[in-house]
Parts: sequence; structure tokens; C-alpha cells
Amino acid sequence: MSILVNKDTKVIVQGFTGKEGSFHAEQCMAYGTKIVGGVTPNKGGTEHLGQPVFNTVKDAVASTGATVSMIFVPPAFVADAVMEAADAGIDLAVIITEGAPVRDMQAAKAYAIKHNMKTIGPNCPGIITADECKIGIMPGMIFKKGNVGLISKSGTLTYEGANQVVKEGFGISTAVGIGGDPIIGLSYKQLLPMFEADPDTHAIVMIGEIGGDLEIQAAKLIKEQITKPVVAFIAGQTAPAGKRMGHAGAIISGSAGTAKEKMDALEAAGVRVVVSPADIGKAIAEVLGKK
Amino acid sequence: MNIHEYQAKQIFAKYGVPTPRGIIANTPAQAMTNAQELGGKIWVVKAQIHAGGRGLGGGVKLARSIEEVKTLASEILGMTLVTHQTGPQGKLVQKVYIEEGADIADELYLGIVLDRAKEMPVIMASTQGGMEIEKVAHESPEKIVKVAVDPAIGFQSFHGRELVFGLGITDPAEQKKFISFASKLYKLYMENDAEMIEINPLIKTGSGEFLALDGKMGFDDSALGRHPDIEDMRDISEEDRDEREASQYGLSYISLDGEIGCMVNGAGLAMGTMDTINYMGGTPANFLDVGGSANAQTVAKGFEIILKNPNVKAIFVNIFGGIVRCDRIANGILEATKLVNVHVPVIVRLDGTNAPEAAEILRNANIPNVIAATDLADGAAKAVRAAKGEKII
Repeated sequence: MSILVNKDTKVIVQGFTGKEGSFHAEQCMAYGTKIVGGVTPNKGGTEHLGQPVFNTVKDAVASTGATVSMIFVPPAFVADAVMEAADAGIDLAVIITEGAPVRDMQAAKAYAIKHNMKTIGPNCPGIITADECKIGIMPGMIFKKGNVGLISKSGTLTYEGANQVVKEGFGISTAVGIGGDPIIGLSYKQLLPMFEADPDTHAIVMIGEIGGDLEIQAAKLIKEQITKPVVAFIAGQTAPAGKRMGHAGAIISGSAGTAKEKMDALEAAGVRVVVSPADIGKAIAEVLGKK
Repeated sequence: MNIHEYQAKQIFAKYGVPTPRGIIANTPAQAMTNAQELGGKIWVVKAQIHAGGRGLGGGVKLARSIEEVKTLASEILGMTLVTHQTGPQGKLVQKVYIEEGADIADELYLGIVLDRAKEMPVIMASTQGGMEIEKVAHESPEKIVKVAVDPAIGFQSFHGRELVFGLGITDPAEQKKFISFASKLYKLYMENDAEMIEINPLIKTGSGEFLALDGKMGFDDSALGRHPDIEDMRDISEEDRDEREASQYGLSYISLDGEIGCMVNGAGLAMGTMDTINYMGGTPANFLDVGGSANAQTVAKGFEIILKNPNVKAIFVNIFGGIVRCDRIANGILEATKLVNVHVPVIVRLDGTNAPEAAEILRNANIPNVIAATDLADGAAKAVRAAKGEKII
């Protein structure tokens, strides 16, 4: 088992024939992901990477039965693509594109919620269920199958965390890169209970960063609902206030959103908080027992 | 992206948000002409920099004669203004805004930002104008009225009522004026993809008018493409030169006070690297995210920017290669060391696809300055030792 996606998940790609969309769709297929088609307006009826291309998401869903869409369209068109997916009855949209305006994402997410569509991202590496299904841009080979679920705002810290878990002799059930924009889809609050319910996930790695209060909300939820061990790292302990650290949402404003505040809240909720990302693997080995 | 007060007020005026009249000046002579044009008996000479706290720093002064406008403008223009938001190095004042004096009966606060938990803009208002809003939020949170507005319905009358009753505005004529003020501000916030607006203070005059005495605006960088008029307001002299240069090469750079230069792919890992250096007893000299496709050119540029900082005693290159293979990055780093004269030890940690081949390439190159590390902890530890002057092999 795993969460959200597995070897049977049928995936379409919005922005299928573009440079990024093509490259990563091919990588995902090589990993084993069931990419059943894609959408590029005015290219409907053609074939790309051996899969059918459709003009609209509605056509793609009707013809392929896809439930998940991986979105690679340029930033200005992301909101439109997300809303189209929601309207067509897609269950989960994984938005890889970086640089979508916040106002657009606000509207798109509200619309997705109205249509019961889950979203991941934007500006994220995507989601991977080890050895089964990769929807995104992460290097698949790092994610060996195992019992550790991973949720991260940062792409490369997802890889760093997974790599350490694997080096300690453990593996990953599902890893989700949720992105670090001010408005994102699924976050800790929704994903932690999914991992709690997944019998094949025995421990959870949670990687956060400065800015916003998602980690604070997560701490509250962990205290109340999560029985599995959680290891957390919060990036940006050394970040100065008022400076945006790369991600649009990674900024300490006033006294809110600091790493310390988040680490304290998580520690109080019983989470094993590590001070350096270099200790994620060791901490997992500690909570799960050495292999 | 941030803009100056006078630019924010231009946008306010376009939307009918009332402000005192004012004219921007680059020279004392121009300041004097502006004051004459505005007329009246009292003027305010205001330094235009992208930072708050200008008044306390001596950048906002009252003038009671045209001559005094000139004297004050010549004092303020060219001064390096230090406020709690500029850092100790301060900011050079290149423009002054000459504004007509206002009759202040009350000072309020009004701002709009995105509430990330609610995922909608929130209007914040307070009767404690003139004070730093974060201080008010900390000391007397009950004095801040917060009204979230769902963009799906926009600013409605009830939002306005919540604001005025929350603030204790009881006069019906004043209520109407304040609601109109807030509704226009919300409109311009949405239509311009603003990230934040802050009016502190928003004043009530003796005759019961509301005026934006100050104006601060920041915009969503991702949306600037559809607002060329706002992009035109960019003042590059307000931006850090190195940060700006880096951004032109797709690098995200922020300079810090420490000794170890960092070059990392991905913002989260870049912060995590700084944290690890700190944890191991070193100090990071910068945040630098080289982005997803680290190649010889971006790495060379990264070295160049890091080495501009004279405090840098060692550099830690920490790259987790994903789709981009590590052996290619290793070659890029070697190439970069030929393009830029790197005179400090460089610790290189490459992990991910083809990491062993990458380590081999670095070893075989046999450049005395370049030291390979096996993982994040090893790399950070070596960088900390190298910065302390230890010889690392």
C-alpha cells in the first residue's frame, strides 16, 4: 500500500508535448507510471511518446479514464489548467510549474476544492510511490521501497531525506513534495492522516521551512491524531527576518514563521526534531530501530 | 517587488483612495518649486527609500517655509538613512517627496496581506496608527480588526461594517467614507496582484476626512508580467547589487554575515546547508540557490558572486543531483574553477545520480583547492574546518 497513487493510477499530462512535459513524462513512464495520454490544445488526435494527445482534459478523461493529471503548462496558464482538470472530474492534479501568480492559485485552489479535486504544488517535485508510480520530476532511483512516508516543502530536501532513509537501510512508501509557495494544495494537515491510515507506512519524515504556519497546524494535528513516529526538520534556522529565501513563501515576517517557533511546536507534539538535515536518516533509524 | 511611497500614492490616486497632494523631487531646487506649486503654509519633506521607520531615522521633516523645504531637502537628499528595516549600513536617499501638510485629528492603520491559513486576503485595521503593527499585534492584539475577504465574492458591505464597528467609528458620514476607502484599497490590491499594502498612518483630519498619509506596497513577482506599468516602477538602486546580478543568471542569492560561502541547488537544501554549517560551529556567508540545472556557467557565476564577499574563507558546494547527473556537474565545477580564480578551499559534495563517477572526476582532476566530501555532514564539517584555517585533504 501507499497513499494517493500506485501502480494502477492512470495519469494524463497537461502540457504533454512541451519540452519539460515531454522530458519528464518520458522519465515517469520509464519509472513505470501509467501515463495514458496528454492534453495540448490543437494537437488533439495526434500521438506523443506513444500515447494519445487530446485537445481538452474532458476528452482525455472520457477516452482514457485517467484520474490524475500532471501539470507542466507555463505559469500564466496554470490556474486555467487546474480549473479545467477539476471541471473534467480529475481526482488529483500534481502541479509542477514554478512561478504561478498567487492570486491565480487562490482562485484555482478554491475551484478545485469545490469540485473535490485534490492538488499538490505548485512549484513542487511531485509525488512518488516507490517502485510503482512517479508523478513529477524527482530522480526515481533514490526512492527505494520501504515503510517511511515523506512530506516536504523543498524538492532537494525531499531527495536528501529519502536518500538518507535508504542509506540507513530503510525505504520510502510514498514521498510528497508539497511545494513552498504561499498557496499550496495538500499539505501536512491532509497528508499526515493518510500516512497514519496507511498500514505500510511505519514512520513519517516531515520537512518544513520558515514562513507561514502549516508546520504549526501540523504539530497540533500530530498531537491529536498521529500515533506513528514523526521525524521533522525545519529549514531556515539561520535565515534572517524579512529576506525571502528562494521560495515565494519562505520568509520570516515579524516574529511569525520562524524555524524556532515551528521546531518548538513540533517538539511539544512529541516529534523527533533534528537540527540539521544531515540527521534525518539517523533519527529514522532511532525511531524505527536500527536495521 | 516593492515600490516607493510616492509611487504607491500614484496608484492610490488612480483608484480614488484619498491622499495628501505631493510631488517628487530629485534636487533641493526642485523640492522648493514643488512646495510653491502645492501652495499652503506647511509641507512635509519625505525621504523615499524602500524601508519603514523613516521618520525616526530623520528622513521625514516638517517645513514651515519654502526656504525650509529647500534646506531640509538638501539635508535629506544624499543622506544615508538608517532605520530598523535598512540594516546598519542604511540606505542612500536619492529622492524626496514634497507633500502638503495635513491636519491630523486621529492616526489609524490599514493594511491588506494574504492570510496564508485562510488562503484569502485579509484587511487589517487598527486605531493604533503610527505604531509598528507587529508591535501592536504582539502587545494588544485586540486592537487589530481583521476581516478576510473571499475573492470569489469580493468586498461586500458587511466587510465594511465589520471594519468600522470594530474600529469604533460611529459617525455615519465617517463610516461611509472609511468603508469606501477600504473597498477601493481592496480593489487595487486585487487588480494589481499586490502582495501587501500598508497605510501607516491613515489619518482622520479635523474635518473628518480619511487620508493615506503613508503608503507601502509590495507585489507578487510572479505576476509582474501582466503589470508592465508596475514593473516600470522598479527602482534598481533600491535592490542589492549582488542579489540582482545573481537573479539575472537564474541564481537566488542573499548575502549574510558569516565566513563560509554556500552554493546549493534548491532553496530548502540551501537553507538546510546553512543550518548545518551553523550547527557545526561555522557561519554561512550567504544563501545561494543555483536552481535545477547547475552547469559550468551558473556555477562559475556563483563562485564569482560568492567571492566578491571578502569575508569568505571557504566555499561549500552542496548539490543533490536529480535528473541532472552528478558527473556532469563535477565537470561543470572543474570548468568553473578555470573561469574564475577561486583562492579559497572549495568543499564539494555531490550526491544523487552518478555520484561515485563524480567523486572520481574530482579526485582525478587533482586540484589542490577542491576537496570532495561524501555527504552533507562530512561536507559541512570540512568546510567549517577549512574556514578555520585547517588543512583539509
